[in-house]
Amino acid sequence: MDRRNFIKYSGAAVAASSLVPSASFAAAPTEKRLIVIILRGGLDSLHALAPYADSEYSRVRPTLALSGPSEEGGVIDLNGYFGLHPALAGLYDLFQKKEALLLPASSTRYRNRSHFDAQNLLENGSGKPFGIKDGWLNRAISGIGGGSRRLGLALGPVVPLILLGKEGVQSWAKSKLPEVDEDFLVRLGNLYQKDPLFAEAYKNARGGFKPNVDMDGLQSLRRKEKDILLASRAAAELLRAPKGPRIAVMEMQGWDTHFGQSWRLDKLFQLYSKSLRELKAGLGPEWLNTAVVTVSEFGRTVAENGSKGTDHGTGGIAILAGGAVNGGRIIGKWPGLAEGALYEGRDLRPVNSHEGLFKGVLVQHLGLKDSFVEEVVFPDSSAVPRLEGVFRLNS
Amino acid sequence: MNRFGFGGNQGDAKRIGSDPRGWINSQIRDSQSTPAVLSNFRSSEEIFTEVNRARMESRETLRTLMRNLYKTDFARECMARAGHMVRTKDPFAERMVLFWSNHFTVSRSKWIVGPIIPAYEREVIRPNIFGKFSEMLAAVVQHPAMITYLDNHLSVGSNSNVGRRRIARKGIKTTLNENLAREILELHTLGVDGGYSQQDIIELAKSISGWSHGGIRRGPHYSIDSRAVFRFEDSIHEPGHKIILGKRYRENGVHEGLQALEDLARHPSTALFIATKLVRHFVSDDPPNEAVAKIAKVFSDTEGDLAAVSNAIVELDEVWATPLPKVKSAYELIIAAHRSVGDINPKVKNVLQPLRELGQLPFSAPSPQGWGDRSQDWIAPTALIRRVQWLRRYSRQLPSTVIPNEIAKYTIGPVAEENTEKWIGLATSRDAALATLFASPEFQRR
Repeated sequence: MDRRNFIKYSGAAVAASSLVPSASFAAAPTEKRLIVIILRGGLDSLHALAPYADSEYSRVRPTLALSGPSEEGGVIDLNGYFGLHPALAGLYDLFQKKEALLLPASSTRYRNRSHFDAQNLLENGSGKPFGIKDGWLNRAISGIGGGSRRLGLALGPVVPLILLGKEGVQSWAKSKLPEVDEDFLVRLGNLYQKDPLFAEAYKNARGGFKPNVDMDGLQSLRRKEKDILLASRAAAELLRAPKGPRIAVMEMQGWDTHFGQSWRLDKLFQLYSKSLRELKAGLGPEWLNTAVVTVSEFGRTVAENGSKGTDHGTGGIAILAGGAVNGGRIIGKWPGLAEGALYEGRDLRPVNSHEGLFKGVLVQHLGLKDSFVEEVVFPDSSAVPRLEGVFRLNS
Repeated sequence: MNRFGFGGNQGDAKRIGSDPRGWINSQIRDSQSTPAVLSNFRSSEEIFTEVNRARMESRETLRTLMRNLYKTDFARECMARAGHMVRTKDPFAERMVLFWSNHFTVSRSKWIVGPIIPAYEREVIRPNIFGKFSEMLAAVVQHPAMITYLDNHLSVGSNSNVGRRRIARKGIKTTLNENLAREILELHTLGVDGGYSQQDIIELAKSISGWSHGGIRRGPHYSIDSRAVFRFEDSIHEPGHKIILGKRYRENGVHEGLQALEDLARHPSTALFIATKLVRHFVSDDPPNEAVAKIAKVFSDTEGDLAAVSNAIVELDEVWATPLPKVKSAYELIIAAHRSVGDINPKVKNVLQPLRELGQLPFSAPSPQGWGDRSQDWIAPTALIRRVQWLRRYSRQLPSTVIPNEIAKYTIGPVAEENTEKWIGLATSRDAALATLFASPEFQRR
């Protein structure tokens, strides 16, 4: 740049700094918190909540079946028939405190076995892959009425479909890149004003709270584990803030266990357990106002395959945790594992419904109107009844 | 330059002159040789054989070796590849390498396979980008990287000798692994709505059972010396005929799977699926039906001749109609920034580090579906801020000989909005002006 240009450029600094946006926040429309954890890849529910006492279970899973509670490395017994994987001790703690509820043999309305269609349907809420372009949680947020306050929070650099839509959402992800000075950021707001895509993303990136997460106790972990646990800390801190977001989405990868699943799920369950503990600890008193929904796009085959793994299936599990939950129970129907009871002769029959649970959460926990949920959030879902009684009455 | 390449640099402008179509067409050559800077990297066979040997020694040996391979073979080739894309005179060909590499994703999310993925791209994607789709498909599915990534080496026909013994011993119901067969149908050829059933997946899995590679396990068939190259293992291949999409394939060893792939490559659903993805990539997030139909027809008529298909994309009226409908991926943006300023020897901290933060470290897509190809996949709030953070830092490292107005001329010049020119002009310093240019929607779009 030549000297003349430099002078021309430098003259604008004063003008730009007067354009700092003033964040305005509506009054808190709800004190309830909701966290949705999406386990991407298809969680093998029978390895999480094992019907260990069912002889069919050990018969079709000769190498993978979890052993009974009396054996070393066996399940943690829940009711004499079902047991939790020992690495899910964090979930078991919540279950014991009546803060976790398990819905086995559950799925969305999706009945094929593609990850990508299944995830799309799980997140768009229309009952069809690519049936609606935005996410059901974003539509739900529009029913809470937060005004310009961005109640949604994505943990990670990309906003998942479930949170995409016309409601602005915040996002957080750990970054090693240096912060940019405020003056430059303000100018960017002007640079982007003519391009709706950039303007919208930029607006949503600005003005949110910056959590102050520390790395205590995480230094020795692998990067992926660190990321999940930092995200859990950030989510808890942001949701706890009086004027922070209220609805967060976290994602965990790596559940597509076609081979060697015992070892892989052991690691993932430990991580998930730790993540729940971080959330509870970080939310502090607000834990009592919190619901954590954990789902995956589908379950896996009941029988194991030839590689000590399982292939894509149908019925899975939904987990509802949190201080607001009327927990300590396994709810819903159970189809059993007998050959005739399986879906298409291979998968756990999906007799319970993810959407039914989601609707219950939106109506009973977040206080959305039933008609709004049926018409806007989950259209064409009247065949799937809302799950009742999953929250404490006084919550 | 933006639509079909990585954005402009000084050289591009001269080369293109007044004939952009001719410039692109001149890059479409049937035989693609390995770029010189990539030709000295080791073959997947060499690397993977080393991995398999270490694996048979001990877990610790394997871990040490893998750490080392990720730092050497993997990272160095990623950097050489980035440097090549920054310097190349054939950016359209490189865009096609990225497209097909993403279409046939192999990801280091499977740790053991990571070190050979750059070699996988070099060996089976790169040579075939303007060849026959069916040849690329067969080469991909037979590559140890894909076989390992999607578990096919673990898939055993239930009625094969090994399968029968294993079922008898362990009491399991099946020894097949459906993973690769499913993704071939869903992601590589027909597409999820392409008209196949669960039974077709199982039958295809049977027909490619035994498609494995040497050196991966202990046992009598796999000695330490066996080479990590494609190998058909009759002892785990499911015997008997298979019926895929209504067509009967008689038992014919490795050939029945090859024939099935050949038929899948010719299937009308494949033409439509590939055409849709290509049009989405080059034209619009919502691919116009007419353009898709045109490309699908060329794909079918030429039996998947990718040179003809690529030519047809360039000839689409739709592709020249709207300026900047698409957003550059993080990788494209980083290459474009280097390219625009002639920074021809990229540094790790300007390539791999920001790509990690932007979620697009080479060969690390989260799933076999690869990275998304829509604006929303790239321009999310946090992602946008991270782009800006890197671009701002990068702009500060560039020498004072880099003049923002000149760069702007041959990068965003013809499409620049008045507002963008204004804010570049109002920047408080030379490097802030550069960062403003890089961060502008025009520069980040294509």
